[in-house]
Amino acid sequence: MSLAVKAVGIRKSFGSYEVLKGLDLEVAYGEVLCILGPSGSGKSTFLRCINHLETPNSGYVWVDGAIMGYELNRDALQELPIKRLRAQQSQLGMVFQHFNLFAHRTVLGNVIEGPMVVRGLRRAEAEARAMDLLEQVGMAGKALSYPSQLSGGQKQRVAIARSLAMEPRVMLFDEPTSALDPELVGEVLEVMRNLARGGTTMIVVTHEIGFAREVADRVVVMIDGEIRETGAPGQVLSNPGDPRVRTFLSRVLA
Amino acid sequence: MTQSPTKSTSALSLADLPGPDTPIRRLHHPGRWLSGIAVILLLAVIGRAFAVGQIQWPVVGEFLTARVIITGFGWTLLISACALVLGVVLGFAFGIMRHSENPVLRFAAWLYVWIFRGTPVLLQLLIWFNIALVFPRLYIPGLVDERMVDVVTPFVAAVLGLGVNEGSYLTEVVRGGIGSVDHGQKEAAHTLGMTPGQTMRRIILPQTLQLILPVLGNSAIGMLKFSSLAATIAMGEMLNAAQRIYFINGAVIELLFVCAIWYLAGTTVLSIGQYYLERYFGRDTAATTSNRHWFKGWARRPAVEGEA
Ligand SMILES: Nc1ncnc2c1ncn2[C@@H]1O[C@H](COP(=O)(O)OP(=O)(O)OP(=O)(O)O)[C@@H](O)[C@H]1O
Ligand SMILES: [Mg+2]
Repeated sequence: MSLAVKAVGIRKSFGSYEVLKGLDLEVAYGEVLCILGPSGSGKSTFLRCINHLETPNSGYVWVDGAIMGYELNRDALQELPIKRLRAQQSQLGMVFQHFNLFAHRTVLGNVIEGPMVVRGLRRAEAEARAMDLLEQVGMAGKALSYPSQLSGGQKQRVAIARSLAMEPRVMLFDEPTSALDPELVGEVLEVMRNLARGGTTMIVVTHEIGFAREVADRVVVMIDGEIRETGAPGQVLSNPGDPRVRTFLSRVLA
Repeated sequence: MTQSPTKSTSALSLADLPGPDTPIRRLHHPGRWLSGIAVILLLAVIGRAFAVGQIQWPVVGEFLTARVIITGFGWTLLISACALVLGVVLGFAFGIMRHSENPVLRFAAWLYVWIFRGTPVLLQLLIWFNIALVFPRLYIPGLVDERMVDVVTPFVAAVLGLGVNEGSYLTEVVRGGIGSVDHGQKEAAHTLGMTPGQTMRRIILPQTLQLILPVLGNSAIGMLKFSSLAATIAMGEMLNAAQRIYFINGAVIELLFVCAIWYLAGTTVLSIGQYYLERYFGRDTAATTSNRHWFKGWARRPAVEGEA
Protein backbone atom coordinates (compact mmCIF):
# COMPACT_ATOMS: atom_id res chain seq x y z
CA MET A 1 0.00 0.00 0.00
CA SER A 2 1.55 3.29 -1.08
CA LEU A 3 0.91 6.47 0.85
CA ALA A 4 -1.33 9.20 -0.57
CA VAL A 5 -1.29 11.71 2.30
CA LYS A 6 1.00 12.14 5.26
CA ALA A 7 0.37 14.94 7.76
CA VAL A 8 3.30 15.70 10.06
CA GLY A 9 2.99 17.60 13.34
CA ILE A 10 0.13 19.89 12.33
CA ARG A 11 -0.41 22.72 14.79
CA LYS A 12 -2.95 25.51 14.33
CA SER A 13 -3.99 28.33 16.62
CA PHE A 14 -6.62 31.02 16.25
CA GLY A 15 -5.28 33.88 18.33
CA SER A 16 -4.03 32.35 21.55
CA TYR A 17 -6.38 29.37 21.29
CA GLU A 18 -4.60 26.26 20.06
CA VAL A 19 -7.10 24.22 18.03
CA LEU A 20 -4.76 21.54 16.65
CA LYS A 21 -2.03 20.26 18.94
CA GLY A 22 0.44 18.50 16.68
CA LEU A 23 -1.46 15.97 14.57
CA ASP A 24 0.11 13.13 12.57
CA LEU A 25 -1.84 11.11 10.07
CA GLU A 26 -1.16 8.76 7.17
CA VAL A 27 -3.64 7.75 4.51
CA ALA A 28 -2.89 5.11 1.89
CA TYR A 29 -4.17 5.06 -1.70
CA GLY A 30 -7.59 3.44 -1.91
CA GLU A 31 -8.20 3.87 1.78
CA VAL A 32 -11.36 5.38 3.28
CA LEU A 33 -10.63 7.18 6.55
CA CYS A 34 -13.36 8.58 8.75
CA ILE A 35 -12.64 11.29 11.31
CA LEU A 36 -15.04 11.37 14.26
CA GLY A 37 -15.08 13.59 17.30
CA PRO A 38 -17.17 16.00 19.33
CA SER A 39 -18.12 19.42 18.00
CA GLY A 40 -15.32 21.94 18.30
CA SER A 41 -12.59 19.28 18.50
CA GLY A 42 -10.93 20.68 15.36
CA LYS A 43 -11.99 18.17 12.68
CA SER A 44 -12.90 20.80 10.09
CA THR A 45 -9.79 22.82 10.87
CA PHE A 46 -7.63 19.71 10.39
CA LEU A 47 -9.26 18.91 7.05
CA ARG A 48 -8.83 22.53 5.93
CA CYS A 49 -5.16 22.39 6.95
CA ILE A 50 -4.69 19.29 4.82
CA ASN A 51 -5.64 21.19 1.65
CA HIS A 52 -4.24 24.52 2.87
CA LEU A 53 -7.53 26.42 3.05
CA GLU A 54 -6.01 27.17 6.46
CA THR A 55 -2.23 27.43 6.75
CA PRO A 56 -0.91 25.43 9.71
CA ASN A 57 1.28 27.37 12.15
CA SER A 58 3.74 24.51 12.06
CA GLY A 59 4.00 21.06 10.56
CA TYR A 60 3.24 20.19 6.96
CA VAL A 61 1.21 17.93 4.72
CA TRP A 62 2.80 15.71 2.12
CA VAL A 63 0.55 14.71 -0.78
CA ASP A 64 1.75 12.29 -3.44
CA GLY A 65 5.40 13.34 -3.58
CA ALA A 66 5.13 17.04 -2.74
CA ILE A 67 4.66 19.17 0.36
CA MET A 68 1.52 21.28 0.24
CA GLY A 69 2.33 24.98 -0.10
CA TYR A 70 6.09 24.59 0.34
CA GLU A 71 9.24 23.50 -1.39
CA LEU A 72 12.09 21.87 0.52
CA ASN A 73 15.00 24.20 0.00
CA ARG A 74 18.26 23.81 1.96
CA ASP A 75 16.60 22.31 5.03
CA ALA A 76 13.84 24.94 5.11
CA LEU A 77 10.29 24.98 3.82
CA GLN A 78 10.14 27.76 1.23
CA GLU A 79 6.60 29.04 0.67
CA LEU A 80 5.35 28.46 -2.88
CA PRO A 81 3.80 31.14 -5.10
CA ILE A 82 0.00 31.10 -5.01
CA LYS A 83 -0.31 29.59 -8.50
CA ARG A 84 1.66 26.48 -7.57
CA LEU A 85 -0.25 26.11 -4.32
CA ARG A 86 -3.53 26.19 -6.25
CA ALA A 87 -2.21 23.53 -8.62
CA GLN A 88 -1.49 21.35 -5.58
CA GLN A 89 -4.88 22.11 -4.06
CA SER A 90 -6.60 20.87 -7.20
CA GLN A 91 -5.12 17.44 -6.43
CA LEU A 92 -7.39 17.29 -3.40
CA GLY A 93 -11.14 17.36 -3.97
CA MET A 94 -13.12 19.08 -1.23
CA VAL A 95 -16.81 18.65 -0.46
CA PHE A 96 -18.19 21.24 1.96
CA GLN A 97 -20.96 20.96 4.52
CA HIS A 98 -22.78 23.84 2.81
CA PHE A 99 -22.08 22.67 -0.77
CA ASN A 100 -20.70 26.04 -1.98
CA LEU A 101 -21.95 25.50 -5.52
CA PHE A 102 -21.31 28.51 -7.74
CA ALA A 103 -24.67 30.27 -7.55
CA HIS A 104 -24.37 31.96 -10.95
CA ARG A 105 -23.60 28.79 -12.89
CA THR A 106 -25.82 25.88 -13.90
CA VAL A 107 -25.15 22.39 -12.58
CA LEU A 108 -23.20 21.62 -15.75
CA GLY A 109 -21.43 24.99 -15.53
CA ASN A 110 -20.31 24.17 -12.00
CA VAL A 111 -18.81 20.85 -13.06
CA ILE A 112 -16.97 22.14 -16.16
CA GLU A 113 -15.61 25.30 -14.47
CA GLY A 114 -12.49 23.70 -12.96
CA PRO A 115 -11.53 21.49 -15.92
CA MET A 116 -11.93 24.40 -18.35
CA VAL A 117 -10.35 27.21 -16.35
CA VAL A 118 -7.67 25.33 -14.44
CA ARG A 119 -6.90 22.39 -16.71
CA GLY A 120 -7.60 24.21 -19.97
CA LEU A 121 -9.97 21.58 -21.38
CA ARG A 122 -12.14 22.42 -24.40
CA ARG A 123 -15.79 23.03 -23.57
CA ALA A 124 -17.07 20.05 -25.58
CA GLU A 125 -14.70 17.64 -23.89
CA ALA A 126 -15.32 19.10 -20.44
CA GLU A 127 -19.08 18.84 -20.94
CA ALA A 128 -18.91 15.25 -22.13
CA ARG A 129 -16.93 14.24 -19.06
CA ALA A 130 -19.13 16.33 -16.78
CA MET A 131 -22.23 14.54 -18.07
CA ASP A 132 -20.60 11.17 -17.28
CA LEU A 133 -19.95 12.33 -13.72
CA LEU A 134 -23.44 13.78 -13.31
CA GLU A 135 -24.78 10.44 -14.54
CA GLN A 136 -22.69 8.74 -11.88
CA VAL A 137 -24.23 10.86 -9.08
CA GLY A 138 -27.71 10.67 -10.60
CA MET A 139 -27.93 14.35 -11.53
CA ALA A 140 -27.66 14.24 -15.33
CA GLY A 141 -31.34 15.18 -15.63
CA LYS A 142 -30.75 18.49 -13.83
CA ALA A 143 -27.68 19.55 -15.81
CA LEU A 144 -29.21 22.87 -16.85
CA SER A 145 -30.77 23.79 -13.51
CA TYR A 146 -29.29 26.43 -11.25
CA PRO A 147 -28.22 25.52 -7.69
CA SER A 148 -31.09 27.55 -6.20
CA GLN A 149 -33.50 25.16 -7.91
CA LEU A 150 -32.08 22.01 -6.27
CA SER A 151 -32.70 20.22 -2.97
CA GLY A 152 -29.84 19.95 -0.47
CA GLY A 153 -29.11 16.34 -1.35
CA GLN A 154 -29.05 17.19 -5.06
CA LYS A 155 -26.71 20.12 -4.42
CA GLN A 156 -24.33 17.93 -2.50
CA ARG A 157 -24.28 15.29 -5.25
CA VAL A 158 -23.45 18.01 -7.79
CA ALA A 159 -20.72 19.31 -5.48
CA ILE A 160 -19.23 15.80 -5.38
CA ALA A 161 -19.32 15.61 -9.19
CA ARG A 162 -17.66 19.04 -9.39
CA SER A 163 -14.80 17.85 -7.18
CA LEU A 164 -14.42 14.58 -9.07
CA ALA A 165 -14.16 16.49 -12.36
CA MET A 166 -10.67 17.65 -11.34
CA GLU A 167 -9.65 13.96 -11.02
CA PRO A 168 -8.21 14.53 -7.56
CA ARG A 169 -5.91 11.99 -5.92
CA VAL A 170 -7.82 12.24 -2.66
CA MET A 171 -11.35 13.37 -1.83
CA LEU A 172 -11.94 15.31 1.39
CA PHE A 173 -15.47 15.50 2.83
CA ASP A 174 -16.37 17.88 5.69
CA GLU A 175 -19.64 16.65 7.18
CA PRO A 176 -21.23 16.31 3.75
CA THR A 177 -24.61 15.28 5.15
CA SER A 178 -24.88 17.50 8.23
CA ALA A 179 -26.83 20.26 6.49
CA LEU A 180 -29.33 17.84 4.96
CA ASP A 181 -32.82 16.80 5.99
CA PRO A 182 -32.72 13.21 7.30
CA GLU A 183 -34.48 11.77 4.25
CA LEU A 184 -31.86 13.28 1.92
CA VAL A 185 -28.83 11.89 3.77
CA GLY A 186 -29.16 8.46 2.19
CA GLU A 187 -28.77 9.56 -1.43
CA VAL A 188 -25.49 11.36 -0.67
CA LEU A 189 -24.08 8.50 1.40
CA GLU A 190 -24.98 6.12 -1.43
CA VAL A 191 -22.88 8.18 -3.88
CA MET A 192 -20.00 8.15 -1.39
CA ARG A 193 -20.36 4.40 -0.85
CA ASN A 194 -20.05 3.89 -4.61
CA LEU A 195 -16.93 6.05 -4.73
CA ALA A 196 -15.39 4.00 -1.92
CA ARG A 197 -16.21 0.77 -3.76
CA GLY A 198 -14.55 2.21 -6.88
CA GLY A 199 -11.30 2.62 -4.95
CA THR A 200 -11.35 6.41 -4.40
CA THR A 201 -9.11 7.55 -1.55
CA MET A 202 -11.31 9.45 0.90
CA ILE A 203 -10.95 11.37 4.16
CA VAL A 204 -14.42 11.91 5.61
CA VAL A 205 -15.30 14.03 8.62
CA THR A 206 -18.71 12.76 9.66
CA HIS A 207 -21.21 12.23 12.43
CA GLU A 208 -22.70 9.25 10.57
CA ILE A 209 -21.38 6.42 12.75
CA GLY A 210 -23.25 3.86 10.65
CA PHE A 211 -21.50 5.03 7.50
CA ALA A 212 -18.10 4.94 9.26
CA ARG A 213 -18.70 1.41 10.54
CA GLU A 214 -19.80 0.14 7.14
CA VAL A 215 -17.51 1.96 4.69
CA ALA A 216 -14.37 3.13 6.52
CA ASP A 217 -11.18 1.11 6.43
CA ARG A 218 -9.92 3.08 9.39
CA VAL A 219 -11.47 5.44 11.93
CA VAL A 220 -9.78 8.28 13.78
CA VAL A 221 -11.31 9.94 16.83
CA MET A 222 -10.26 13.54 17.58
CA ILE A 223 -10.82 15.19 20.93
CA ASP A 224 -9.59 18.70 21.82
CA GLY A 225 -7.26 18.97 18.87
CA GLU A 226 -5.59 15.61 19.37
CA ILE A 227 -6.02 12.20 17.80
CA ARG A 228 -7.00 10.00 20.74
CA GLU A 229 -7.82 6.77 18.97
CA THR A 230 -7.15 5.23 15.59
CA GLY A 231 -7.89 1.81 14.16
CA ALA A 232 -10.35 -0.40 12.32
CA PRO A 233 -13.96 0.77 12.76
CA GLY A 234 -15.06 -2.42 14.47
CA GLN A 235 -12.36 -2.12 17.08
CA VAL A 236 -12.52 1.65 17.68
CA LEU A 237 -16.29 1.90 17.73
CA SER A 238 -17.02 -1.08 19.93
CA ASN A 239 -13.98 -1.26 22.15
CA PRO A 240 -12.12 2.05 22.46
CA GLY A 241 -9.17 2.18 24.83
CA ASP A 242 -9.23 5.87 25.65
CA PRO A 243 -11.79 6.75 28.34
CA ARG A 244 -12.71 10.13 26.77
CA VAL A 245 -13.30 8.42 23.42
CA ARG A 246 -15.50 5.92 25.25
CA THR A 247 -17.60 8.75 26.75
CA PHE A 248 -17.90 10.46 23.34
CA LEU A 249 -18.94 7.26 21.58
CA SER A 250 -21.39 6.25 24.26
CA ARG A 251 -23.08 9.64 23.74
CA VAL A 252 -23.34 9.44 19.95
CA LEU A 253 -24.19 5.75 19.83
CA ALA A 254 -26.87 6.09 22.50
CA MET B 1 -76.91 33.48 7.04
CA THR B 2 -77.16 36.46 9.30
CA GLN B 3 -74.59 36.64 12.00
CA SER B 4 -74.43 39.28 14.68
CA PRO B 5 -70.98 40.35 15.80
CA THR B 6 -71.58 39.19 19.32
CA LYS B 7 -72.45 35.70 18.10
CA SER B 8 -69.31 35.38 15.98
CA THR B 9 -67.39 33.26 18.46
CA SER B 10 -70.28 31.02 19.42
CA ALA B 11 -70.19 27.42 18.27
CA LEU B 12 -71.59 26.39 14.94
CA SER B 13 -72.97 22.93 15.45
CA LEU B 14 -72.05 20.20 12.99
CA ALA B 15 -75.66 19.77 11.99
CA ASP B 16 -75.81 23.40 10.84
CA LEU B 17 -72.71 23.22 8.59
CA PRO B 18 -73.41 24.35 4.98
CA GLY B 19 -72.65 22.19 1.93
CA PRO B 20 -69.33 22.26 0.05
CA ASP B 21 -70.79 24.40 -2.77
CA THR B 22 -71.95 27.22 -0.49
CA PRO B 23 -71.23 30.49 -2.36
CA ILE B 24 -68.49 32.75 -1.00
CA ARG B 25 -69.16 36.49 -0.71
CA ARG B 26 -66.05 38.68 -0.88
CA LEU B 27 -65.42 41.42 1.64
CA HIS B 28 -65.94 44.89 0.17
CA HIS B 29 -63.28 47.56 0.52
CA PRO B 30 -65.12 50.91 0.33
CA GLY B 31 -62.02 52.66 1.75
CA ARG B 32 -59.96 51.66 -1.30
CA TRP B 33 -62.57 53.09 -3.65
CA LEU B 34 -62.73 56.34 -1.72
CA SER B 35 -58.97 56.87 -1.54
CA GLY B 36 -58.64 55.91 -5.22
CA ILE B 37 -61.25 58.42 -6.27
CA ALA B 38 -59.70 61.12 -4.09
CA VAL B 39 -56.29 60.62 -5.69
CA ILE B 40 -57.76 60.65 -9.21
CA LEU B 41 -59.57 63.90 -8.45
CA LEU B 42 -56.39 65.44 -7.09
CA LEU B 43 -54.44 64.41 -10.21
CA ALA B 44 -57.19 65.91 -12.38
CA VAL B 45 -56.99 69.22 -10.50
CA ILE B 46 -53.20 69.38 -10.85
CA GLY B 47 -53.41 68.46 -14.54
CA ARG B 48 -56.02 71.15 -15.18
CA ALA B 49 -53.96 73.75 -13.33
CA PHE B 50 -51.05 73.15 -15.68
CA ALA B 51 -53.28 73.02 -18.75
CA VAL B 52 -54.83 76.44 -18.08
CA GLY B 53 -51.74 77.96 -16.39
CA GLN B 54 -49.37 80.51 -17.87
CA ILE B 55 -47.67 77.99 -20.10
CA GLN B 56 -47.73 78.24 -23.86
CA TRP B 57 -48.01 74.55 -24.70
CA PRO B 58 -47.57 75.19 -28.45
CA VAL B 59 -44.11 76.61 -27.67
CA VAL B 60 -43.26 73.48 -25.72
CA GLY B 61 -44.32 71.38 -28.69
CA GLU B 62 -42.37 73.55 -31.09
CA PHE B 63 -39.07 73.35 -29.20
CA LEU B 64 -39.46 69.69 -28.24
CA THR B 65 -37.94 68.70 -31.56
CA ALA B 66 -35.84 71.80 -32.23
CA ARG B 67 -32.44 70.96 -33.67
CA VAL B 68 -30.53 72.72 -30.86
CA ILE B 69 -32.44 70.82 -28.20
CA ILE B 70 -31.96 67.48 -29.94
CA THR B 71 -28.24 68.16 -30.38
CA GLY B 72 -28.08 69.17 -26.72
CA PHE B 73 -29.83 65.95 -25.72
CA GLY B 74 -27.29 64.07 -27.83
CA TRP B 75 -24.49 65.67 -25.79
CA THR B 76 -26.37 64.88 -22.59
CA LEU B 77 -26.52 61.21 -23.59
CA LEU B 78 -22.87 61.15 -24.65
CA ILE B 79 -21.61 62.80 -21.45
CA SER B 80 -23.74 60.49 -19.31
CA ALA B 81 -22.61 57.36 -21.14
CA CYS B 82 -18.91 58.27 -21.06
CA ALA B 83 -19.06 59.35 -17.41
CA LEU B 84 -20.94 56.20 -16.43
CA VAL B 85 -18.41 53.96 -18.17
CA LEU B 86 -15.58 55.84 -16.49
CA GLY B 87 -17.37 55.60 -13.14
CA VAL B 88 -18.00 51.87 -13.46
CA VAL B 89 -14.40 51.18 -14.49
CA LEU B 90 -13.05 53.25 -11.59
CA GLY B 91 -15.62 51.75 -9.21
CA PHE B 92 -14.59 48.19 -10.02
CA ALA B 93 -10.86 48.98 -10.03
CA PHE B 94 -10.91 50.74 -6.65
CA GLY B 95 -13.59 48.42 -5.23
CA ILE B 96 -11.34 45.43 -5.92
CA MET B 97 -8.39 47.37 -4.49
CA ARG B 98 -10.35 47.86 -1.26
CA HIS B 99 -10.15 44.05 -0.85
CA SER B 100 -6.45 43.84 -1.73
CA GLU B 101 -3.99 42.01 0.49
CA ASN B 102 -1.70 45.00 0.02
CA PRO B 103 -2.41 47.71 2.63
CA VAL B 104 -0.99 50.44 0.38
CA LEU B 105 -3.51 49.64 -2.36
CA ARG B 106 -6.31 49.49 0.20
CA PHE B 107 -5.30 52.90 1.50
CA ALA B 108 -5.11 54.43 -1.99
CA ALA B 109 -8.65 53.26 -2.72
CA TRP B 110 -9.87 54.61 0.60
CA LEU B 111 -8.21 57.97 -0.13
CA TYR B 112 -9.91 58.17 -3.54
CA VAL B 113 -13.32 57.62 -1.99
CA TRP B 114 -12.60 60.03 0.84
CA ILE B 115 -11.71 62.88 -1.51
CA PHE B 116 -14.20 62.45 -4.32
CA ARG B 117 -17.18 61.36 -2.27
CA GLY B 118 -16.43 64.00 0.31
CA THR B 119 -16.70 67.06 -1.96
CA PRO B 120 -19.67 68.33 -4.00
CA VAL B 121 -19.77 67.15 -7.58
CA LEU B 122 -20.46 70.69 -8.80
CA LEU B 123 -17.26 71.84 -7.13
CA GLN B 124 -15.33 68.99 -8.72
CA LEU B 125 -16.72 69.93 -12.15
CA LEU B 126 -15.54 73.51 -11.68
CA ILE B 127 -12.08 72.35 -10.56
CA TRP B 128 -11.68 70.03 -13.57
CA PHE B 129 -12.85 72.83 -15.83
CA ASN B 130 -10.24 75.18 -14.35
CA ILE B 131 -7.50 72.60 -13.93
CA ALA B 132 -5.36 74.58 -16.38
CA LEU B 133 -4.85 77.14 -13.62
CA VAL B 134 -2.96 74.48 -11.65
CA PHE B 135 -1.26 72.64 -14.51
CA PRO B 136 -0.90 74.94 -17.54
CA ARG B 137 0.65 72.18 -19.64
CA LEU B 138 -0.09 68.45 -19.82
CA TYR B 139 3.30 66.88 -20.35
CA ILE B 140 3.92 63.13 -20.45
CA PRO B 141 7.42 62.49 -21.86
CA GLY B 142 7.25 61.00 -25.34
CA LEU B 143 3.43 60.96 -25.39
CA VAL B 144 1.70 64.26 -24.87
CA ASP B 145 2.83 67.87 -24.66
CA GLU B 146 -0.11 70.23 -24.99
CA ARG B 147 -1.72 73.21 -23.35
CA MET B 148 -4.13 72.00 -20.67
CA VAL B 149 -6.97 74.21 -21.96
CA ASP B 150 -6.79 72.34 -25.28
CA VAL B 151 -6.95 68.94 -23.59
CA VAL B 152 -9.58 69.59 -20.92
CA THR B 153 -12.43 70.92 -23.03
CA PRO B 154 -15.80 71.41 -21.33
CA PHE B 155 -16.77 67.92 -22.56
CA VAL B 156 -13.67 66.29 -21.07
CA ALA B 157 -14.12 68.23 -17.83
CA ALA B 158 -17.76 67.11 -17.61
CA VAL B 159 -16.91 63.44 -18.21
CA LEU B 160 -13.99 63.52 -15.75
CA GLY B 161 -15.93 65.42 -13.10
CA LEU B 162 -19.06 63.24 -13.25
CA GLY B 163 -17.22 59.96 -13.90
CA VAL B 164 -14.60 60.29 -11.18
CA ASN B 165 -17.25 61.34 -8.68
CA GLU B 166 -19.55 58.45 -9.62
CA GLY B 167 -16.58 56.09 -9.39
CA SER B 168 -16.12 57.00 -5.74
CA TYR B 169 -19.70 55.98 -4.95
CA LEU B 170 -19.46 52.83 -7.03
CA THR B 171 -16.20 51.88 -5.30
CA GLU B 172 -18.14 51.56 -2.07
CA VAL B 173 -20.93 49.70 -3.83
CA VAL B 174 -18.51 47.22 -5.43
CA ARG B 175 -16.62 46.79 -2.17
CA GLY B 176 -19.85 45.93 -0.39
CA GLY B 177 -20.95 43.67 -3.24
CA ILE B 178 -17.71 41.69 -3.20
CA GLY B 179 -17.90 41.41 0.57
CA SER B 180 -21.40 40.00 0.48
CA VAL B 181 -20.60 37.13 -1.89
CA ASP B 182 -20.52 34.06 0.34
CA HIS B 183 -17.00 33.22 1.50
CA GLY B 184 -17.59 29.58 0.59
CA GLN B 185 -17.68 30.50 -3.12
CA LYS B 186 -14.07 31.62 -2.90
CA GLU B 187 -13.00 28.54 -0.97
CA ALA B 188 -14.67 26.25 -3.48
CA ALA B 189 -12.83 28.02 -6.31
CA HIS B 190 -9.53 27.65 -4.45
CA THR B 191 -10.01 23.92 -3.92
CA LEU B 192 -10.55 23.56 -7.67
CA GLY B 193 -7.17 25.22 -8.13
CA MET B 194 -8.36 28.58 -9.46
CA THR B 195 -5.90 31.44 -8.96
CA PRO B 196 -6.99 34.62 -7.14
CA GLY B 197 -7.42 36.39 -10.49
CA GLN B 198 -9.53 33.59 -11.96
CA THR B 199 -11.60 33.40 -8.78
CA MET B 200 -12.26 37.14 -8.89
CA ARG B 201 -13.12 37.27 -12.59
CA ARG B 202 -15.12 34.09 -12.96
CA ILE B 203 -16.73 33.54 -9.55
CA ILE B 204 -16.80 36.66 -7.39
CA LEU B 205 -17.33 39.49 -9.90
CA PRO B 206 -20.24 37.92 -11.82
CA GLN B 207 -22.09 37.43 -8.54
CA THR B 208 -21.14 40.93 -7.40
CA LEU B 209 -22.47 42.35 -10.64
CA GLN B 210 -25.76 40.56 -10.10
CA LEU B 211 -26.01 42.00 -6.59
CA ILE B 212 -25.20 45.57 -7.56
CA LEU B 213 -27.10 45.78 -10.84
CA PRO B 214 -30.05 47.64 -9.32
CA VAL B 215 -27.59 50.21 -7.97
CA LEU B 216 -25.90 50.52 -11.37
CA GLY B 217 -29.32 51.16 -12.89
CA ASN B 218 -29.85 53.95 -10.39
CA SER B 219 -26.40 55.30 -11.24
CA ALA B 220 -27.23 55.42 -14.94
CA ILE B 221 -30.47 57.26 -14.25
CA GLY B 222 -28.80 59.61 -11.80
CA MET B 223 -25.98 60.28 -14.25
CA LEU B 224 -28.40 61.31 -16.99
CA LYS B 225 -29.79 63.94 -14.63
CA PHE B 226 -26.48 65.03 -13.08
CA SER B 227 -25.08 65.69 -16.55
CA SER B 228 -27.23 68.84 -16.48
CA LEU B 229 -24.67 70.25 -14.04
CA ALA B 230 -22.30 70.48 -17.00
CA ALA B 231 -24.42 73.42 -18.16
CA THR B 232 -22.52 75.48 -15.57
CA ILE B 233 -19.15 74.88 -17.25
CA ALA B 234 -20.24 76.07 -20.70
CA MET B 235 -20.85 72.57 -22.00
CA GLY B 236 -23.56 72.77 -24.65
CA GLU B 237 -25.70 69.93 -23.40
CA MET B 238 -29.49 70.10 -23.34
CA LEU B 239 -30.05 72.32 -20.31
CA ASN B 240 -27.36 74.73 -21.50
CA ALA B 241 -28.97 74.83 -24.95
CA ALA B 242 -32.38 75.49 -23.41
CA GLN B 243 -30.95 78.31 -21.30
CA ARG B 244 -29.35 79.93 -24.34
CA ILE B 245 -32.71 79.85 -26.11
CA TYR B 246 -34.79 81.27 -23.28
CA PHE B 247 -32.29 84.06 -22.64
CA ILE B 248 -33.31 85.19 -26.14
CA ASN B 249 -37.02 84.40 -26.42
CA GLY B 250 -37.99 84.56 -22.74
CA ALA B 251 -39.98 81.29 -22.83
CA VAL B 252 -38.31 80.09 -19.65
CA ILE B 253 -40.79 77.60 -18.27
CA GLU B 254 -41.64 76.22 -21.72
CA LEU B 255 -38.01 75.32 -22.42
CA LEU B 256 -37.50 73.89 -18.96
CA PHE B 257 -40.54 71.68 -19.59
CA VAL B 258 -39.04 70.59 -22.89
CA CYS B 259 -35.95 69.46 -20.97
CA ALA B 260 -38.09 67.70 -18.36
CA ILE B 261 -39.88 65.74 -21.08
CA TRP B 262 -36.60 64.60 -22.65
CA TYR B 263 -35.07 63.67 -19.28
CA LEU B 264 -38.18 61.64 -18.43
CA ALA B 265 -38.02 59.91 -21.80
CA GLY B 266 -34.37 59.06 -21.20
CA THR B 267 -34.83 57.78 -17.68
CA THR B 268 -37.86 55.73 -18.76
CA VAL B 269 -35.84 53.98 -21.44
CA LEU B 270 -33.07 53.34 -18.90
CA SER B 271 -35.55 51.84 -16.42
CA ILE B 272 -36.75 49.42 -19.07
CA GLY B 273 -33.16 48.53 -19.96
CA GLN B 274 -32.42 47.96 -16.30
CA TYR B 275 -35.33 45.54 -16.02
CA TYR B 276 -34.04 43.40 -18.87
CA LEU B 277 -30.42 43.52 -17.66
CA GLU B 278 -31.44 42.42 -14.19
CA ARG B 279 -33.48 39.61 -15.65
CA TYR B 280 -30.56 38.48 -17.78
CA PHE B 281 -28.08 38.48 -14.90
CA GLY B 282 -30.59 37.03 -12.47
CA ARG B 283 -30.81 33.82 -14.47
CA ASP B 284 -30.38 31.53 -11.48
CA THR B 285 -33.53 32.93 -9.95
CA ALA B 286 -35.25 33.37 -13.32
CA ALA B 287 -37.81 30.70 -12.53
CA THR B 288 -39.33 32.80 -9.78
CA THR B 289 -39.27 36.24 -11.43
CA SER B 290 -39.55 35.80 -15.18
CA ASN B 291 -43.31 36.31 -15.23
CA ARG B 292 -42.89 39.85 -13.97
CA HIS B 293 -42.90 42.54 -16.59
CA TRP B 294 -41.20 45.91 -16.57
CA PHE B 295 -44.41 47.86 -17.02
CA LYS B 296 -45.71 46.36 -13.82
CA GLY B 297 -42.71 47.93 -12.16
CA TRP B 298 -44.64 51.06 -11.24
CA ALA B 299 -46.87 49.00 -9.01
CA ARG B 300 -43.93 47.32 -7.28
CA ARG B 301 -42.81 48.65 -3.95
CA PRO B 302 -39.41 50.25 -4.50
CA ALA B 303 -36.51 48.09 -3.32
CA VAL B 304 -33.83 50.76 -3.61
CA GLU B 305 -34.90 54.33 -4.09
CA GLY B 306 -32.74 56.80 -5.95
CA GLU B 307 -31.47 60.14 -4.66
CA ALA B 308 -32.47 63.65 -5.74
N1 LIG C 1 -11.52 31.01 11.52
C1 LIG C 1 -11.57 30.78 12.84
N2 LIG C 1 -11.29 31.76 13.72
C2 LIG C 1 -11.33 31.54 15.06
N3 LIG C 1 -11.64 30.35 15.63
C3 LIG C 1 -11.93 29.33 14.81
C4 LIG C 1 -11.93 29.49 13.38
N4 LIG C 1 -12.26 28.30 12.81
C5 LIG C 1 -12.47 27.44 13.85
N5 LIG C 1 -12.27 28.04 15.04
C6 LIG C 1 -12.39 27.42 16.37
O1 LIG C 1 -11.65 26.24 16.34
C7 LIG C 1 -12.30 25.21 17.07
C8 LIG C 1 -12.41 23.98 16.21
O2 LIG C 1 -13.30 24.26 15.14
P1 LIG C 1 -13.66 23.19 14.03
O3 LIG C 1 -14.59 23.85 13.10
O4 LIG C 1 -12.42 22.63 13.46
O5 LIG C 1 -14.41 22.08 14.88
P2 LIG C 1 -15.15 20.77 14.35
O6 LIG C 1 -14.52 19.61 15.05
O7 LIG C 1 -15.17 20.74 12.89
O8 LIG C 1 -16.59 20.98 14.94
P3 LIG C 1 -18.02 20.62 14.26
O9 LIG C 1 -18.24 19.16 14.50
O10 LIG C 1 -18.98 21.45 15.07
O11 LIG C 1 -17.96 21.01 12.84
C9 LIG C 1 -13.62 25.78 17.50
O12 LIG C 1 -13.53 26.13 18.87
C10 LIG C 1 -13.81 27.01 16.65
O13 LIG C 1 -14.50 28.00 17.36
MG1 LIG D 1 -16.70 21.06 11.39
